[in-house]
Amino acid sequence: MSTAAPIVIVGASLAGLRAAQALRKADPAREVVVIGQEEHLPYTRPPLSKQLLAGEQEAEHVALPGGDLDVTWRLGVRATGLDRRAHEVVLEEGPPQPYDRVILATGCRARPWTGPGAELSGVHVLRDLPHALALRDELRAGARLVVLGAGFVGCEVAATARRAGLEVTLVDLAAHPMLPLGPAIGSRMADLHEGEGVALRLGVGVEALHGDGRVNEVELADGSRLPADVVLVALGAQPNVEWLEESGLTLDGGVVCDATLTSVDDPDVLAAGDLCSWPHPLAQGDRIRVEHWTNAVEQGTLAGANAPLDPVERAAHVAVPTFWSDQYERKVQAVGLPGLADAVEVVREGDGKLVAAARRDGRLIGAVAFNDVRGLMAYRKALAAGEDVPPPGAADDAEPAPLANGAR
Amino acid sequence: MKVHVDMNLCQSHGECVFAAPDVFDLGEDDVLTWKEEVGEDQRAAVEEAVQVCPMAAIRIEG
Repeated sequence: MSTAAPIVIVGASLAGLRAAQALRKADPAREVVVIGQEEHLPYTRPPLSKQLLAGEQEAEHVALPGGDLDVTWRLGVRATGLDRRAHEVVLEEGPPQPYDRVILATGCRARPWTGPGAELSGVHVLRDLPHALALRDELRAGARLVVLGAGFVGCEVAATARRAGLEVTLVDLAAHPMLPLGPAIGSRMADLHEGEGVALRLGVGVEALHGDGRVNEVELADGSRLPADVVLVALGAQPNVEWLEESGLTLDGGVVCDATLTSVDDPDVLAAGDLCSWPHPLAQGDRIRVEHWTNAVEQGTLAGANAPLDPVERAAHVAVPTFWSDQYERKVQAVGLPGLADAVEVVREGDGKLVAAARRDGRLIGAVAFNDVRGLMAYRKALAAGEDVPPPGAADDAEPAPLANGAR
Repeated sequence: MKVHVDMNLCQSHGECVFAAPDVFDLGEDDVLTWKEEVGEDQRAAVEEAVQVCPMAAIRIEG
């Protein structure tokens, strides 16, 4: 292995930036190359569905600090393959980029609508800065917005658009919004949106988008038709791993890694962020992928610190995932893996606040809060320590706490 | 070293409190409080807080 080649990071978003910062901190002299498909220096995506979409922020406000880092940025450059034998990243144009070690951080893209009407104008997705700017141009007061998918992005855009005076309909096949947080949280999120005047169409799929050049109607699976001036497709994200299909790396939707974020196939390949599939203690060693901001920070930082080391010296990633969503005046925060829970029990609620514990087979696996960071902190600390937080009064009561949402 | 937080940016995510509990805290109604002057023993923890702040609201001086 030549030490003359640089450490290369493929992906110039949050995980890639944090990896570059960690590499630079570990070794000020080491050559680091960051390849990014987007033209922009790294920026932060959470405001794209909120402050930027609302017009409170502009593109310069979402730039992440660190763009002036002393590394080689190769932006607007698309990686099309990884030749592990040659130790090269294959690029769409120009000669391949040699690497000593490589960190894969190409993240996810928005899952598109692929049914009838996908080609119509006025149909948007939201993942990148240009998407947000294009959608913002169409969010005019009084316009009718139909959001397909009531996940994080769909709910946040519904809230932003409602506040901007649009008529908003939120459609999802699931029975409640924000499905991974369970029905107890989801039903409260449904109430929130309805209280703000959003029309909810839950438990029904989408059949087709109709229009004449431009979308004007959304047809649902039950035959009903929703008039639409603008449609946002918010059907989740899919990892950008297709470019790795010829690499020989094991892919399971993401890049299959060990606990140190090192590819199980190649010690010179690491992964960080949305596309990294790694075994997590909270999932009892099962591999998970986490598509959240804080995970990209933590994994990017760790992958950057681990990459120069010998594999046996690399540290494991055991951080408890955390994520949030801002909708209207409600900050929804979660820790752990509530999406894997079989029961989400509301521990306390009132005054606009809520704390709920998520358990799987009786074991604490996560927690969710509304407007109560302090209330969530006890759960976060417990999860990090591998402990539980007994329900109030549990010490006096030998019976296990009831499962509030009847999920079992 | 000095710790600065831009309270126009802070949205009380609490990431800094978890990263550096001896420096940052949340008061009533989740409003952030923090020590402005901290010792070198807190540098690594505060640097982590800077990295994990979703709002990039924290800055170290010195």
